[in-house]
Amino acid sequence: MNEATAKPLVEFHDVGFSHLSAAAPIISHLSFSVAPGEILVLLGESGCGKTTTLKLINCLLMPDAGEVNIEGKSTTAWDPIRLRRRTGYVIQEGGLFPHFTVAKNVALVPALEGWEPARIRNRVDELLSIVGLEPRDFADRYPAELSGGQRQRIGVARALAADPPLLLLDEPFGALDPLTRASLQREFAELSKRLKKTAVFVTHDVREALLLGSRVGLMHAGKLLLLETPENFLKSKNEKAMAYLETLRVSAGSVQEEAP
Amino acid sequence: MSFFSFLKQNWPELFTLLRQHLWLVLISTFVAVAIGIPTGILLTRRKSLRGPVLGVANIMQTIPSLALFGFLIPLPFIGGIGTRTAIVALVVYALLPIIRNTVTGIVGVDPNVREAAVAMGMTGRQILWQVELPLAMPVIITGVRVAMVIAIGVATIAAAVGAGGLGVYIFRGLRQYDNNLLLAGAVPAALMALIADFGLGLLERYFSVAHKRRAGTTSGRKKFMVAATTAILAAMITGIYVGSRETRSHSVQPQSARLVVGSKDFTESAILAEIVAQLLEARGVTVERNYELGGNLPHDAMLAGRLDLYPEYTGTSYTAILHHQPITDPRAVYEQVKAEYAQKFGVAVSEPLGFENTFAILIRGAEARKLKLKTISDAIPYASNWRAGFGQDFMSRADGYPGFSKAYGLKFAEQPREMDLSLTYIALASGKVDLIAGNSTEGRIAGLDLFQLEDDRHYFPPYEAVYLVRQDTLARVAQLPEVLARLAHAISTEEMRQLNYEVDANKRNQAEVVREWLNRKGF
Repeated sequence: MNEATAKPLVEFHDVGFSHLSAAAPIISHLSFSVAPGEILVLLGESGCGKTTTLKLINCLLMPDAGEVNIEGKSTTAWDPIRLRRRTGYVIQEGGLFPHFTVAKNVALVPALEGWEPARIRNRVDELLSIVGLEPRDFADRYPAELSGGQRQRIGVARALAADPPLLLLDEPFGALDPLTRASLQREFAELSKRLKKTAVFVTHDVREALLLGSRVGLMHAGKLLLLETPENFLKSKNEKAMAYLETLRVSAGSVQEEAP
Repeated sequence: MSFFSFLKQNWPELFTLLRQHLWLVLISTFVAVAIGIPTGILLTRRKSLRGPVLGVANIMQTIPSLALFGFLIPLPFIGGIGTRTAIVALVVYALLPIIRNTVTGIVGVDPNVREAAVAMGMTGRQILWQVELPLAMPVIITGVRVAMVIAIGVATIAAAVGAGGLGVYIFRGLRQYDNNLLLAGAVPAALMALIADFGLGLLERYFSVAHKRRAGTTSGRKKFMVAATTAILAAMITGIYVGSRETRSHSVQPQSARLVVGSKDFTESAILAEIVAQLLEARGVTVERNYELGGNLPHDAMLAGRLDLYPEYTGTSYTAILHHQPITDPRAVYEQVKAEYAQKFGVAVSEPLGFENTFAILIRGAEARKLKLKTISDAIPYASNWRAGFGQDFMSRADGYPGFSKAYGLKFAEQPREMDLSLTYIALASGKVDLIAGNSTEGRIAGLDLFQLEDDRHYFPPYEAVYLVRQDTLARVAQLPEVLARLAHAISTEEMRQLNYEVDANKRNQAEVVREWLNRKGF
């Protein structure tokens, strides 16, 4: 890793964000940076501010305090449309357009960017192959005809379509059954290594965080408690981190006990 | 006459009415869509406007249609009588479902999908056109579907403001108690509503996401879509073309001697209007007919300059328009009306036409003979066992029920039933009520064996038939004074009853009946 030398892709400087209706700020004094090629996983329970953090990156939300810099430029200075087209975004259930075919869903950003039809077609075929779906079988289907896992793969393919330098993923595998989730996690780990993408990945699943992250950031009540590599995270003496790790042991233990 | 032979005989007229109806519905739905969908979209962007705008649209829809037509008549540009007013009213009714469903459809788009669209870098416009509108389309089409079915129904009432359509048959059928006419108006309207509902239902299904399935039918669906769109567009264009040609044919006439003749919504008024219309046409004047206008619409329309001439009764003008207490001297009433109309409205009153159409208090002939009743006073002792049925007009006007019951001290078994005037004759003949206030020139009095009780206390003011004409029209159309002079004292009560009978009871075409009569009279 060359974190020290490479110019960070994403930087948070003492960022705060509040919601009008909530008394306490959703996030406060948040500072971290993400280097190119790195996969930062933000881990925490619901309401800890991890999704808000993600939305601050692609201008879905704007910080009330501090500054978010993408490629060295503040999000307030970016044209939001430009920034978003340079940022892949994957959400739970895929957020696919139900009235678009798989091919049209995947081609969304290239089409918005005005690519040539032939180039779009090639790119769609390439992406469907990358996420493990046979283009001939899937290109003309509608999302309603797909399984949850297949929809999620299309969601990833759509995010990758215009080859953005940065990927944002908001609990992409949260709604899947455990077997499908495990295989998609494995494939995503390989894929991100192969494509050398930078990604910020939000999850509440500590196993997923340790499997996919090059660094894991533990969030609680709008603050970053810990930001460590998976190896160091496992050794952490932080109370919250230990509670999360405890769930791994307990579930593993109980499974062993149940085994005949 | 059987319904089918009636259809066969009246096919050309029915076709014209059908075309007018379709034109009213299509153009008003089209305008309502053009206004309603953008308004709905605006309301999803400006939440604070949503309550007030939907509230206003809601209130507009609760206005009774005839009242709405009444409001519209005096207004410039959008008002008047005829097609334009009807379209405005239909648009008003069609707006609410379209606006509401546009809002509901767009607001109902899955927030995950919307968030994904924003996060993918789509602009607001792209999200609207590529995501929100397509996904909201089934709901929006449901709104259009509801609006169109409402418009088909309300358009039947458009006949009351002279816009034509199938309502002409329905109103005429009610008046003449003619089931063939009623059916010829109501059945095509109902069919039209069913077809519109079914057609737009197909379109709605096409857009619904639940039907987005590959199953190798993409090309079949596309073909269907193309066919459906073409059919709808073709229908609209034909309707609009035919309709506009019709409107144009009115408007390209020479301006010099052109005149709009109106009538109230009963046979006698239409016959009197037709008499003047045919005499004028024989003298080279272009006449636009705006018959069968409800309530006091002809008066309002004439003051608004939308109507040049219509037949009226002095007693009606005296009490209902000028709000005087009823008096019994015909000459005094006529002179007073003439003077006040000239001074207040700039409207001239022709010489009386020669007959009176006063309220006739009617009972069943059998009853009159059994109880030996001749006058209204004779009937007072029996009235407490009787039910009465009166037209809306009689119930509300100063010289109607309130004064009448007081003058004779009449008490009925129950509060009089208020119903359509033309239905009261049938209600009386079939024993549903026992006493009604009809018209003395009604053709069906003899046919249904009804007996007119004599107004022995001379309560009812004289209702001499006259023509009311705008003074500027009288000056502009040179043929008019001569025509009106010829018609002075030219129609007896007997003749009028006969004319009414021909149209109402023998179901004959009024233009034909009038033509025959004019020939007989040698006009």
